[in-house]
Amino acid sequence: MATAPVSAPAPRPVGYMARTRDFYAAQGFTHAYRWASHDDAPFAPLGKPLADCTLGLVTTASLTPRAALEPRTVASGSLIDPPARLYTDDLSWDKQATHTEDVNSFCPFEALAELVAQGRIRALTPRFHCAPTEYSQRATEEHDAPEILRRLREDGTDIALLVPL
Amino acid sequence: MCHQTVSLVARHLEANGMPTVIIGSARDIVEACAVPRFLFVDFPLGNPCGKPWDDVMQRRIVGAAIDLFESATDAATTVASPERWGDDGWRERYLAVTPENRAQLARQGEDLRRRRAQRERRPV
Repeated sequence: MATAPVSAPAPRPVGYMARTRDFYAAQGFTHAYRWASHDDAPFAPLGKPLADCTLGLVTTASLTPRAALEPRTVASGSLIDPPARLYTDDLSWDKQATHTEDVNSFCPFEALAELVAQGRIRALTPRFHCAPTEYSQRATEEHDAPEILRRLREDGTDIALLVPL
Repeated sequence: MCHQTVSLVARHLEANGMPTVIIGSARDIVEACAVPRFLFVDFPLGNPCGKPWDDVMQRRIVGAAIDLFESATDAATTVASPERWGDDGWRERYLAVTPENRAQLARQGEDLRRRRAQRERRPV
């Protein structure tokens, strides 16, 4: 009698908050970082069919090389003629397990263009936006997030896709 | 910090009427921050949209993310992508603190604090 293959259960996701806390403690940082925590989330329903929506894209990668401690601000690049590469060296990602030489593995220019060609979404905005990563949640909430919203609105964005490294 | 940053930005956009979806790999950070729609891709940090140069996988993942705009009816919707990385060794290795690297990490921390202090002393 044939038996159906049994797929392995999904592994437990890595606990990045605990992992990071232990790593920085080993580096001698005495105050554990307090991650943003909320009990509920705002929710904006889709106001029109997806096929009528213009999509904006937000990444945490950078348009230019930058040092880890360099001050950073919101930047924007072209989605009409997207760059062949973006810069990620200053960000925390798994540099042992993988690489970021394929920009589409973290900033999906090609996959989104194809969804437009298929008519799944109406269009992409002319620009994508680079969100600066900050330890200060207040800096993100009070400065960077409003600036990104302003730029997205300026671009005629209906919906936004956000992709962190 | 990447996952927290986009989670905070997504909350701001949603609070101002703009629907969002996040594609990410640090599930605990995004869910603690609480966002409206989240496609969780259980890959090493760095390639949330799919393995490098695997454009077929990337299209599947991004397509699944776009579907969430229509399928999610409530806030804090997480969908786990069925995609698998393959070798799972990265799960234990990432930011691991071991007896072998403990002294090196302590030195790195001292160096980082020294550079930060120099930056703060620099005249504006």
